[in-house]
Amino acid sequence: MKRPLPWLPLIGFLVLLAVVAAGLFRPADRVVHSQLVGKPLPDFTLQPLIPGRPGLSRATLTGQGPRLLNVFASWCIPCIAEAPQLLRLKAAGVPIDAIAIRDTAVDVRRFLERNGDPYQRIGDDRDSAVQLSLGSSGVPETFLIDGQGRVVRQYVGDIRPDDVDGLIADWKALK
Amino acid sequence: MTAKNQRLTLVLLALAAVAAAALLALSALGDQAAFFYAPSDVARNGLPLGKAVRLGGMVEAGSVRRAADGVTVHFVVTDGRATTPVTFAGIVPDLFREKSGVVAEGQFRPDGAFVATNLLAKHDEKYMPPELAGKMHETKTLEQ
Amino acid sequence: MIAEAGLAALWIAAALAALQLALAALGLVRPAAPELSAAVRPVAIVQGVLAAAAMLLLIAVFQQSDMSVKLVAENSHSAKPWIYKIAGAWGNHEGSMLLWVTILGLAGGAVALFERQLDERTAIATLGAQAAIALGFYAFLLLASNPFARLYPAPTEGAGLNPLLQDPGLAFHPPTLYAGYVGLSVAFSFAVGALVTRDVEREFARAMRPWVLGAWIFLTIGITAGSYWAYYELGWGGWWFWDPVENASLMPWLAATALLHSVTVLATRDGLRAWTVMLAVVAFSMSMIGTFLVRSGILTSVHAFAVDPRRGAFILALLAIYIGGALTLFALRVGTVRQGRTFELVSREGGLVANNLLLSVILGIVLIGTLYPIVAAGFGVQLSVGPPFFNKAAGPIALLLVAIMGVGPLLRWRRDDLSALAERITWPLVATGVAFVVALLAAMPIGVLPLLGLSLAAGLAVASVAPLWGRNLRRTPLFTWGMVIAHLGIAVSLAGMACDAAFTAERLVALAPGQATRVGPWRVTLDGISPVVADNWSALQARLTVERDEGVRRLYPQSRTFSDPPTTTSESAIATVADGQLYTVLGQPDGQGRWQLRLWWKPFVTLIWAGGALIALGGALSLAGRLMRRRQEAVA
Repeated sequence: MKRPLPWLPLIGFLVLLAVVAAGLFRPADRVVHSQLVGKPLPDFTLQPLIPGRPGLSRATLTGQGPRLLNVFASWCIPCIAEAPQLLRLKAAGVPIDAIAIRDTAVDVRRFLERNGDPYQRIGDDRDSAVQLSLGSSGVPETFLIDGQGRVVRQYVGDIRPDDVDGLIADWKALK
Repeated sequence: MTAKNQRLTLVLLALAAVAAAALLALSALGDQAAFFYAPSDVARNGLPLGKAVRLGGMVEAGSVRRAADGVTVHFVVTDGRATTPVTFAGIVPDLFREKSGVVAEGQFRPDGAFVATNLLAKHDEKYMPPELAGKMHETKTLEQ
Repeated sequence: MIAEAGLAALWIAAALAALQLALAALGLVRPAAPELSAAVRPVAIVQGVLAAAAMLLLIAVFQQSDMSVKLVAENSHSAKPWIYKIAGAWGNHEGSMLLWVTILGLAGGAVALFERQLDERTAIATLGAQAAIALGFYAFLLLASNPFARLYPAPTEGAGLNPLLQDPGLAFHPPTLYAGYVGLSVAFSFAVGALVTRDVEREFARAMRPWVLGAWIFLTIGITAGSYWAYYELGWGGWWFWDPVENASLMPWLAATALLHSVTVLATRDGLRAWTVMLAVVAFSMSMIGTFLVRSGILTSVHAFAVDPRRGAFILALLAIYIGGALTLFALRVGTVRQGRTFELVSREGGLVANNLLLSVILGIVLIGTLYPIVAAGFGVQLSVGPPFFNKAAGPIALLLVAIMGVGPLLRWRRDDLSALAERITWPLVATGVAFVVALLAAMPIGVLPLLGLSLAAGLAVASVAPLWGRNLRRTPLFTWGMVIAHLGIAVSLAGMACDAAFTAERLVALAPGQATRVGPWRVTLDGISPVVADNWSALQARLTVERDEGVRRLYPQSRTFSDPPTTTSESAIATVADGQLYTVLGQPDGQGRWQLRLWWKPFVTLIWAGGALIALGGALSLAGRLMRRRQEAVA
């Protein structure tokens, strides 16, 4: 190139683009991960939210074989998106308990009527206290709990259709 | 002034300006970029004194005390391995409570305590990286 | 059905954009077939109309609260007042992208309809470039961000709209800002068109100038309004937070301001040809980087469900194609752009070059500060770059820029004499000195930046009206008035910023009902706290009595809780008086019967936004002046 100067802006832009692309595509670990992965669940007890459905505590999650704990809310749209996947998991025999965040019985019942009901137990976490003690910072999140009440994995965000088989495999591996 | 001279002068001026900007920006970045610390980082690497940082972790259960003036709060931030005492004068965010996540902006004192100028509590409508949690994030998502 | 019609309109508009691009390219390659080129303009107009139709259909879907449309379910609620249902259409990612594309299409249509001054080949190339941009963003909408996607099963109720968005000022803020962002696409397309036809001449600059001015006015209004909104809505007492969203609007404004001045050099003196073309490319590039990298949340969100990973890749590819393509074209063609006319360093051109350099430097600093955390996060370092960085790095340069702004308009074109200049700037210098001494004596202790800001504001105020001295005011052209008023607006705004930084009194107290406190010259009494209920929120409201010499007022700051989605916000209450604002925010109960109150007395803070309004008014006068002059020339 006889005249390098006119190419400088392009080069500058390409460098910027490369750096941004590196920042974007590198799976940067910026998520608030639960400190609990690999550790036992904290002690907690949640009252039932809807009549006829038992609440949830550390004890009910221990000694019952591996299961999923789904943190959800009726006001959360991604939770609607993941509902079909939870139903598929239920159909595959995976037991699922739930913690409803900042919710009311009426709203949750309506949510379950519309989107299906995969849950065995639903705990009422009105002020997000248990959610936060689990190290979960949003909805939906799903925890895989082993038979001894230990957190094995944390899935952040809605469960997508292609995640279901992996989840079932993870669950079976614990049995 | 001939055309060639003028072009040369302008290019030199532009380069000088860019260099000055880069220098200014880099020196200010060195001082002012607020790095993110957890209490155990501080325990491990020592106190980052004399610069604005962000401290993140959980508010320890039973640690929140309000001072008599009604506007100052004292609490302890923990990440499970180490703890840092924090003082904050101001209106705490609605989602600030014990056993919940918090990001405090401010400075460390030589005695290891942290004086916060701003508190960001995590809110859970949407996920976000810890350094963006809190009210400011709501403004960021406004006009996406 | 409405949603499907909207989607169809988008697909047809995309096809027309492809046709427009093909026609323009063929027309340029084969000048022997003028019917090809002749078809470009009508196609561009129809494409703009269709994009607008798609936007209107999306608004209709929101208006009907059709919850089977995913976007509506996620962002609206049937109980929302109708005006916020409309605003909800663009208060989210997909809708705002559609608004963006709509304005892009309308801008292209407007160029096709009104731009007759430009050389016809360059005009066709410009419309081709505009179509190329539109095509990419149609593809983005249709393939990765479809605003009309349906949701099965349809929920009975929507998730609501961010309560902070439930504010009439903010509801109409994005369209204003977007008009500015996307208006700059016209300058970008002009530059690309001129590079393609190698026609960077004075006529080109004259044709481009009104479009740049128009976009710049919208940006100015958008930034000013956004700043005021953040000021009263967030309840933090600040008016500029150097938030990435704010920076995303500031960066195109800085580039557009530089472009506005360099295009004047090109139009008047036929200088700075390559530089002006470069700036036109940079200005719209900043719009795109700001909108897509920063505002869209692509880089700040980490979760796959918040942002489809395809979107990030898509947007980066679009940026690479458009910005990279334009810069490559620039590098290839700039050698064939003839050197413009020369000038001495001490001249109006010299002043405008200094303006351009300093604006570019500030732009670079803001860009670095905005992207730095993103880059660092990519390497595993978490940090944030806050106001101290920007104030420290950009503040001194901005003040230098203000000093040059005072001198620049008093310089003669081509060549000036330093001693004659010294005579012309005597009075501004005197004003600066007097303000400096007065501020130093009256307001000690005062920070260095506020002190310099106040002094320079005084000097600039005098200097900016100096071009009117000794002129017949009636015969002074409108665009000269425009420049004077816009520069005066900068002085007014700077004075407001300096006063806010130097004189603000802040107080944070816990009061029981019946107790009082003082902030600045005000006495504030908490009379009581009571609940208030509205359609979709409830609130705790403080009743405050605020007194000063001239009388008593009542203020009602609230702490509001919205039901859908559950969120709490602070509603500040502000008393505006001639010499400033008293700003009050209600905090929380302290558990012993007292309530936290945060109070600020901010003398002359209103000047910040008054200055912004003056700047926009100056731009509007300038635009009117240019358009009138153009019409006169066309008649003559």
